[in-house]
Amino acid sequence: MVYEGTLAPMTWADAGYLLPEIILVGMMAVLIVLDLVMPKRIDRSVIGWLTLVAIIGSAASVVLRIGYRNIGEHQQPDVNGILHDSYRVDDFSLMFKMLLLLSAALIVLWSLGSMKRSASARLTHQAEYYYLLLPAVAGAMIMTSTADLITLYAGLELLSIATYVLVGLRARHAAAEGGEGVLSAKPAEAAFKYVVTGGISSALILFGMSYLYGLTGSTHISMIGGLLPESVDSFRTLLYVAFFFLLAGFGIKIAAAPFHAWAPDVYEGAPTPISAFLAVISKTAAAAVLLRLFYNIVFPAGYGDSVLSRDLFRGVLAVAACAMLAGTLSALRQRNMKRLLALSGVVNAGYLLVPVGLSFYGVHSNNTAELFFYAAVYLFMNIGAFAVLSAVSESASPAAEGVGDLKAFEGLYHRAPWTAGAMLVFILSLAGLPVSGGFFGKLFIMLGASSTHAYWIVAVMAATSVISYYVYFGIIRQMFMRSSGESEVHVPAATGVVIWICAVCTLVLGVAPNLLLHGFDEVFNLVGDLLIIRNV
Amino acid sequence: MTIDWPILSLIVFSPLLGAAVLLAMPKQRARMLRWTAIAATLLPLALSVWLYADYDPNRPGDAYEEKAEWINIPLEKSATGIEGTFELHFDYALSLDGLSLPLVLLTTVTAAMAALASTTIRKRWKSYYIWLLILECGMLGVFLARDLLLFFIFFEMTMIPMVFLIGIWGLLDRERAATRFLLYNGLGSALMLIAFVILIMTAGFSLEDAGGVFNYSYSGSYETILSNLADPQAYANMAAPGSVNPLYLSDGMRTALFVMLLIAFGIKLPVFPFHTWMLDVHREAPAPVVMIHSGILLKMGAYGLIRFGIFAFPEEADRFRAVLAVLGVISLLYGAVIAFRHKELRLVLAYSSLSHMGIVLLGLASLNEIGMQGAVFQLVSHGLISALMFLLIGSIYERTGTTNIDELGGLAKAAPFLSGALLIGGLASLGLPGLSGFVGELLALLGLFDTNKTVVSIAVIGIILTAVYVLRAVMATTFGPLKPKLEGITDARFTEALPTAVLLAFVLLLGIYPSFITELMKHSFDSLLNHLNTRVGG
Repeated sequence: MVYEGTLAPMTWADAGYLLPEIILVGMMAVLIVLDLVMPKRIDRSVIGWLTLVAIIGSAASVVLRIGYRNIGEHQQPDVNGILHDSYRVDDFSLMFKMLLLLSAALIVLWSLGSMKRSASARLTHQAEYYYLLLPAVAGAMIMTSTADLITLYAGLELLSIATYVLVGLRARHAAAEGGEGVLSAKPAEAAFKYVVTGGISSALILFGMSYLYGLTGSTHISMIGGLLPESVDSFRTLLYVAFFFLLAGFGIKIAAAPFHAWAPDVYEGAPTPISAFLAVISKTAAAAVLLRLFYNIVFPAGYGDSVLSRDLFRGVLAVAACAMLAGTLSALRQRNMKRLLALSGVVNAGYLLVPVGLSFYGVHSNNTAELFFYAAVYLFMNIGAFAVLSAVSESASPAAEGVGDLKAFEGLYHRAPWTAGAMLVFILSLAGLPVSGGFFGKLFIMLGASSTHAYWIVAVMAATSVISYYVYFGIIRQMFMRSSGESEVHVPAATGVVIWICAVCTLVLGVAPNLLLHGFDEVFNLVGDLLIIRNV
Repeated sequence: MTIDWPILSLIVFSPLLGAAVLLAMPKQRARMLRWTAIAATLLPLALSVWLYADYDPNRPGDAYEEKAEWINIPLEKSATGIEGTFELHFDYALSLDGLSLPLVLLTTVTAAMAALASTTIRKRWKSYYIWLLILECGMLGVFLARDLLLFFIFFEMTMIPMVFLIGIWGLLDRERAATRFLLYNGLGSALMLIAFVILIMTAGFSLEDAGGVFNYSYSGSYETILSNLADPQAYANMAAPGSVNPLYLSDGMRTALFVMLLIAFGIKLPVFPFHTWMLDVHREAPAPVVMIHSGILLKMGAYGLIRFGIFAFPEEADRFRAVLAVLGVISLLYGAVIAFRHKELRLVLAYSSLSHMGIVLLGLASLNEIGMQGAVFQLVSHGLISALMFLLIGSIYERTGTTNIDELGGLAKAAPFLSGALLIGGLASLGLPGLSGFVGELLALLGLFDTNKTVVSIAVIGIILTAVYVLRAVMATTFGPLKPKLEGITDARFTEALPTAVLLAFVLLLGIYPSFITELMKHSFDSLLNHLNTRVGG
């Protein structure tokens, strides 16, 4: 169906399907007004709690929708796409929305803990901080739902613009405080860098999209997928250009090498929860979008032309391998914890891209489950590690040197044994050692790669894991094998709750991955949920 | 006798139970912690002794089997046309055979003795014992697991505690030693993981007819993979001309897998070019940890090589016979020569381990019953001897503050018990008849003599060299005039004398009555040998 100047109006039923997003954006509007009218003396953490309520409400509506679609008499999914099928409300998007909302809830809860400790004086824009998270999450959710390049771009920009502000929040605060020196310059630098690279990324994506539109005359991804085979022969080069530009644009968003250079700087300068937000939510959303794009456009286009499909999927795998290698190798000499976690995020971006790049082969079509499971594990281990980092660096005495340094973890075992234990779980999981979700997630991807005979990517994954042991055990060495004169670490209650939820989930996903994967299999159905079948 | 309670799981997880109890105890109560930990190692020891008494090698199949569904993941099939189920599953599967049992016994004995000998540990007892018990659980699991994923998890479970044990309680250069240990073993594990992943997705495939509907599954079950590899009708062995069989394992692929496993387990064993990490561990780790490391962990390498390398790929092993023999003889000679040059007792023993593991490889290279039995016997024997030697060296170091041969001497006068035990241990190590070391060497070389006489004759030079370096080290330590600096040192305490006596008793027992172990292995290699023989015959 090509748009012929008649755009269907949004109906109430459509609004029902959009409820999760509407809750978030609506709450943001309410909170902006509330922040304006609320007297200054009232603690802005109220807004934080309301943000959390909105996220939980949105998550509840997602869960209800999943239940409605899959349990009971309505087992047949009722509606997959709305608004001319440009917006998908299928199980693929719903499951990924669950992950995004869960991450957002954990990040808000942890922010509530860490802001309480650092007192409102340290962050003058608390209210903005909280309510800007809402459109960012909504943007990410729109991305997972998109079936149309225009919608996709709208979601992407909503996420990006909100995060540009969030990254820079502390800069204004530091300036307001009259802070100076290297530390206070970093947030400004981070924000600026993020805006510029983010802009470039959007430009690349738009450029790639424009070629796709030019070749097919449609912005709907399944239409593009259906029409592309006609133009493959005559416009092969243009197709390659379109896809590699798209890949580069999303490569920046997901911080995969060689497009990752911004990540360490931005993560270092941003408030720690925002670093985690970028690491988890931006990456997951971008990976989900890439999966949907590639399997709806490249896969059908490659049916008649295996060379094209092979090249493009291999391109994704090449970026994945690059990310794993570059991330691990540059982490070897890294002493700053936030930069280290940023580089670990680059490596994980590589892992997330592997299922996208594997394509279908033989009887292997399990890519979505692989991506979903790893994204779930990544959420827990990464937010957990960032939360521990923030608890540790916040309780360091201001006089101590190198607050964000690896040294801050010195003797953590003696200063906070349980937190050190939780961190051990996250590190083992990041390093891919059993028994942890990270191990099984990696194994699951490796098994998938192996069944498509992509043995080389299995080897890259295994090799980079080993190199990363050196990096991660450097942290363990500081925590368990050194002693430190630093005082005890006090972990705020809310942060503690986040850390323990993450640690327990990381372990449980490692011991009993079938809990999550069974659920996913019950709900998700490749044909119809990811692959969009339309009668053209 | 049949049992209806899961004895294998009890053996594997009883140390963890102890660790859980320790976790709940206050950390200042050193004595209480110590005795709880020792009790926690005695439990699996008692159970494994019972198992030994109950085990009957003539019973067909694996005598004890425990199996439970563990991870069962449905795979996406809506686009594949598969009507039945399509799953990836890993079982919790433990089993015991004549190859596992001697090593399980070795583990429980050595671990209990190491726990007893841990009085030399002077700090952070609580976490020390907890790591030690987790380590024991991992080692026992390695020898009993019959699922590739489960095996791998147990294998990794030994690595993490070791890093902590070396890095926290080791000597001066402990952190570097821990890092090197981690990286080398990590490399080995990575290779193993790649090989396992490929095996699961090819030979692990099975198709089950459930009344007209076919159930597809990939599995990590050792049994399934082994039978698929051996079965010419299995998908893994069918090259479908004209069409693509994604499950097919070509000859080149099989060879690659075998080589990967050989390197993976060779690093652990260790084999000659991959041995450097082990030196650091021997030099820097605390004595009880080296007892376990040298006594058990190195044996996991050989065990893995037999179980996953040779049993799964008999033809490739047959083709690599000469390679194994050459690697073995290089390790044997190289280890012996370097051990002769070193003045540091710990390093002498480290190279001695390398040298003795060479004999294991020689036994494996024979691929016949005597040689294989010799290799396993050598594993157990060397495990006991090196545990004994490191126990004694730990005691000596505690008293004298050095393990350098030049600074030691005449210990026999001041500490006759320690010195006597050291001498017997040394004699066992050089292969004196009547002690356990002799039997292993004899059987291994006897086995190899059938197939490769050249290598055996070179290996004999290594045996002579062994006598030379062992005697040099032991004599220089115990005989001669007592160094003035060493006057006033005391003989063994009870916590040292008891494990010494127990280990010595086993060394003697095995030397005098080798069937104590060889009897267990009577039918362990039957299927391997049958496979090789029928192939040669047909």
